[in-house]
Amino acid sequence: MDMYRELILDHYKHPRNFGPLKNYNASAQAYNATCGDRIRMEIKTAKGKINDIRFSGDGCAISQASASMLTEKVKNMDIDAVMKLTTDDIFALLETTLTPSRIKCAVLPLEVLQKAINNV
Amino acid sequence: MFDVRTVCRDFPILHTLIDGKPLVYLDSTATSLKPRIVLDTMNDYYTKYTANINRGIYKISEIATAGYENAREKIAVFIHAKDAREIIFTRNATESINLIFYAWAKQHLTPKDEVITTIMEHHSNFVPWQQLHLQQDVKLKIWNVDKEGQLDLHDLDKLVTRRTKLLAITAVSNVLGTINPIKDIVKKVKRVNSSCVILVDAAQAVPHMPINIVNWGADAVAFSGHKMLGPTGIGVLWAKMDLLEKLPPYQYGGDMIKEVHIDQTIFNDVPQKFEAGTPHIAGIIGLGAAVDYLSKLGMDSVRSHEKEITKYALDGLSSIKGIMIVGPKDVAKRGGVIAFTMKGIHPHDVAQVLDEDNVCIRVGFHCAQPLHEYLKIGPTARASFYIYTTKEDIHALVKGLEKVTSIFK
Repeated sequence: MDMYRELILDHYKHPRNFGPLKNYNASAQAYNATCGDRIRMEIKTAKGKINDIRFSGDGCAISQASASMLTEKVKNMDIDAVMKLTTDDIFALLETTLTPSRIKCAVLPLEVLQKAINNV
Repeated sequence: MFDVRTVCRDFPILHTLIDGKPLVYLDSTATSLKPRIVLDTMNDYYTKYTANINRGIYKISEIATAGYENAREKIAVFIHAKDAREIIFTRNATESINLIFYAWAKQHLTPKDEVITTIMEHHSNFVPWQQLHLQQDVKLKIWNVDKEGQLDLHDLDKLVTRRTKLLAITAVSNVLGTINPIKDIVKKVKRVNSSCVILVDAAQAVPHMPINIVNWGADAVAFSGHKMLGPTGIGVLWAKMDLLEKLPPYQYGGDMIKEVHIDQTIFNDVPQKFEAGTPHIAGIIGLGAAVDYLSKLGMDSVRSHEKEITKYALDGLSSIKGIMIVGPKDVAKRGGVIAFTMKGIHPHDVAQVLDEDNVCIRVGFHCAQPLHEYLKIGPTARASFYIYTTKEDIHALVKGLEKVTSIFK
């Protein structure tokens, strides 16, 4: 299983949309206590779309790369569409299969993003 | 000294291939691999003399009962207990510790009493005492480790008082590898308070080194069968007879009774008093076979082999860029477990890359979150060794970690 392909490593070493977001209107964060993965999402929404998004945190390559790819995907997406994203969409982003123990890592950023949208 | 290659031949799983590659198993602290004799012995129970123990007059029930009580004797001899009736079978070390918690501590200790435990404990020997404090206001004192992950016995001068009723301590840490000087600790504690009960979590000690519980002087010792070549689902509590005789039953049911009348029950004697219901008969008989296997190797040899492998591993790992190893640097002061972090690389990713070559290590907090919190470190990776660990296994670990550093540089 070749999980650490260029794509994931690239996003892990050079995360997109990383850092704080000025004037965000909603946020959420989560910490997976069993493994130490931490993700925070800050979003700016307007007219039912995600205008801007940043993430921060630390953890394993899968969780951080997933967060990075997710933020790229959802910029300018309808909020309704974002709320409909599933684990399968995350797998498609990562372009790899995951062992069961790593699925939690990959899905954490999506859970946090959907939590943030609920906080708008 | 035994020949590790001969030992490896006794373990069927070491001859299987996973994805075409052999297994490099470095997680014996989590559970040990099983030699064929243990598996065959358990299978014999299920194919040749499957019967419940006690009071079956027919032949195979007698054989099963004899196998069961024989195992109890073997385990008593293995840890130098004077009386086999002091050996109680449980599900695992966690249940052994919980037996002391429910049958003794919960009923016996009050807010006037003090309990001491250490920061390096496995959750099974930390959470019960924490809960005793939170639920019943019993005072809890935590004995912290120094920078090397060791306990300073001088701390006991401040920790132990006349009110100290329990010291719950591990013999060997499953993260730091620290070997605690139980005999000296017991002596020091009992000098201040002879009535203090000392409970030792020996889950990482009994499988790996010669243990003499009389020499230790503790009141109760818990360990697990599956960490010492036995099957899962079986554990042991050894405790002093006069303590066990004073305790009420922990579970009610069959076998723990002598007589049950409509209006009252007379409980059985120790140890049956604490063994309600049908036990894991095959497991106990299998554990007996595991004890035979270890006795044949000799526990001094087991410890020597592990010390050699651990030193070899510590040397090999020291060359890995960005690695930080927790626990004592002196191999004489540590058991065969090495927990470590790698700068800028998450343990999950370390383990995942190693898994590509079937190198099995554990990652996370290893049921010791308080320790990690105290040391202010995040999750760790952990490699651990046993009688079947070879130098080639260590090479595979070091090579794997070099691969990790090159992928994540």
